[in-house]
Amino acid sequence: MSQPETVKLINAFGSPFGHRAEAALCVKGVPYELILEDLGSKSELLLKHNPVHKFVPVLLHGDRAVAESIVIIEYIDEAFEGPPLLPADPHGRAEARFWAQFIDHKFSRPFWLSFWMEDGPRKEAFVKEAKENLALLEGQIKGRRFFGGDDIGLVDIAAGGLARWVGVFEEVAGVRVMSDEEFPDLCQWAERYVSHESVNKCLPSRGELVALYSSWKEMYMQVAKVKFSS
Amino acid sequence: MAEEIKKGLVLLDFWVSPFGQRCRIALAEKGLPYEYSEQELLGTKSELLLRSNPIHKKIPVLIHDGRPVNESLVILNYLEEAFPDAPPLLPADPYARAQARFWAAYSDKVYEVGSRLWKTKGEAQSQARAEMLQVLGNLDGELGEKPFFAGEKFGFVDLALVPFMPWLTPSFERYGGFSVAEVAPRLAAWADRCMERESVAKTLYPGEKVDEFITLLKKKYGIE
Repeated sequence: MSQPETVKLINAFGSPFGHRAEAALCVKGVPYELILEDLGSKSELLLKHNPVHKFVPVLLHGDRAVAESIVIIEYIDEAFEGPPLLPADPHGRAEARFWAQFIDHKFSRPFWLSFWMEDGPRKEAFVKEAKENLALLEGQIKGRRFFGGDDIGLVDIAAGGLARWVGVFEEVAGVRVMSDEEFPDLCQWAERYVSHESVNKCLPSRGELVALYSSWKEMYMQVAKVKFSS
Repeated sequence: MAEEIKKGLVLLDFWVSPFGQRCRIALAEKGLPYEYSEQELLGTKSELLLRSNPIHKKIPVLIHDGRPVNESLVILNYLEEAFPDAPPLLPADPYARAQARFWAAYSDKVYEVGSRLWKTKGEAQSQARAEMLQVLGNLDGELGEKPFFAGEKFGFVDLALVPFMPWLTPSFERYGGFSVAEVAPRLAAWADRCMERESVAKTLYPGEKVDEFITLLKKKYGIE
C-alpha cells in the first residue's frame, strides 16, 4: 500500500487568509506540516509555488501546489476524505460559493479601510459599508449554528477572519464595527466558530494577534493613507 | 394567487457582458436549452433582476426552476454539478480542477485592469498598463504551447477568459498602447483557435462593437 503524500502548508503567522487553509485541513482531519513564512523576506519555496501572487497560503500536496485560499478550501474538500465542506446539492453549493466570493471580494476592502484610515468622513463611509455587509451576513446566519448548517463549511471558514481577527483589529485600531448589540447572531456564531474543536487548535490566540497587529498598526495606517491621498 | 414556478433555465444577461457570455458559451457547450432575457442595465433594472440578485443587482443571473444562481464563475460551477450528464467543462482530477478554478478567477483581472485603462489617465493609467502586461504575460505563460489551458480540450479556463478578448482587441490595446500579439503571442493564437468553436463565434461580438460600447459608456459617465 502506498504512503499517503505529504501535505505542507505555507502560511504566515497571523494571516486570516492562511487561517482559512489551516481550518479547512483541521476540519477535514488532514495531517499537515506548517511552514511559517516571513512576509518581509519571502522564501524561495513560496516564490516558486506561487509565482503569480507571491501570497500565502499555498498548499503543497506531494508535488502539487495550490494557491488562493478559497481554491485551496475546495481542493481540500475534493482531494481528501473527511467531513464535507460544501453541501451535497448543487444549489446549496452555489449559495456557499456565492457567499465565499462575497466575503472575498466585497467584504474585505471596506472592512480593512474602516480600521486603518484616518478619522474623517471617508473612514465613516467605509465603516457604514462594512456594517451594511455585516448586516447581510447577520441575515444569513440567523437560525443556523454555522453558515454551513449543523457544522462548519466553506462560508464559515471564509468568514473565519471575522470570528477572531475583527476583535483584534477593533482593539488595535480603537474602532468598533461588529458589536453584539448590532450583530447578535453573528457574534454568537463567532464564539461557536473559535470554540469549535477543529478550529481552536489552529487559531492564533487573541493576545498573540493583538501584539502582532499592534506592531503593524503604523504601517497599515501609512498604507491606508497612501491609498487615499488626494 | 401564488406565482407559478417557471421550469427550466432562464439567463438574465446583457448583450455585451463578457461575464454573461461565459454562461452563454457554457450553456451552448453543454447543449442546455435556456431562455435568454436581455436586461436593461443602463436604465431601470427589472423587478426580476432585483429580486434574483438583491445583493449585487448584477447580471448574469441563472434562474433554474425559479431559483437564482449569481456570479458567473459560481454559475459555471453550478452548471457542472446540476447537469452531470452534460459534457463537463472541468477536469475530473481535484488538482486539475483547482488549477482551473485558480486561472478562471485570475482571468477576471483582464477586465478589472482593462477597465482602469479606459477610465483613468496619467499615473493611474500607466500603472494599469504595467499590470495588464503582467497579467497577459502570466496567462501566456500558463497557456504555454498547449492548444487550450487544460491541454487538448476546450474547457473552463478557456471559456472564462475568451469573452475578454474582444475587449482587449482593439479597445484595451489602444487605451493601453500595447499589442496582445506582441506581448502574449500564444494567447493571441489561442484566441483565434477559440473563435473556431461555434459556441464562441456565435456568442462573442466583434471588438469594434465592444469599442463602440465603451465609447458610449465613457460619454455616459462623462469620462474624457
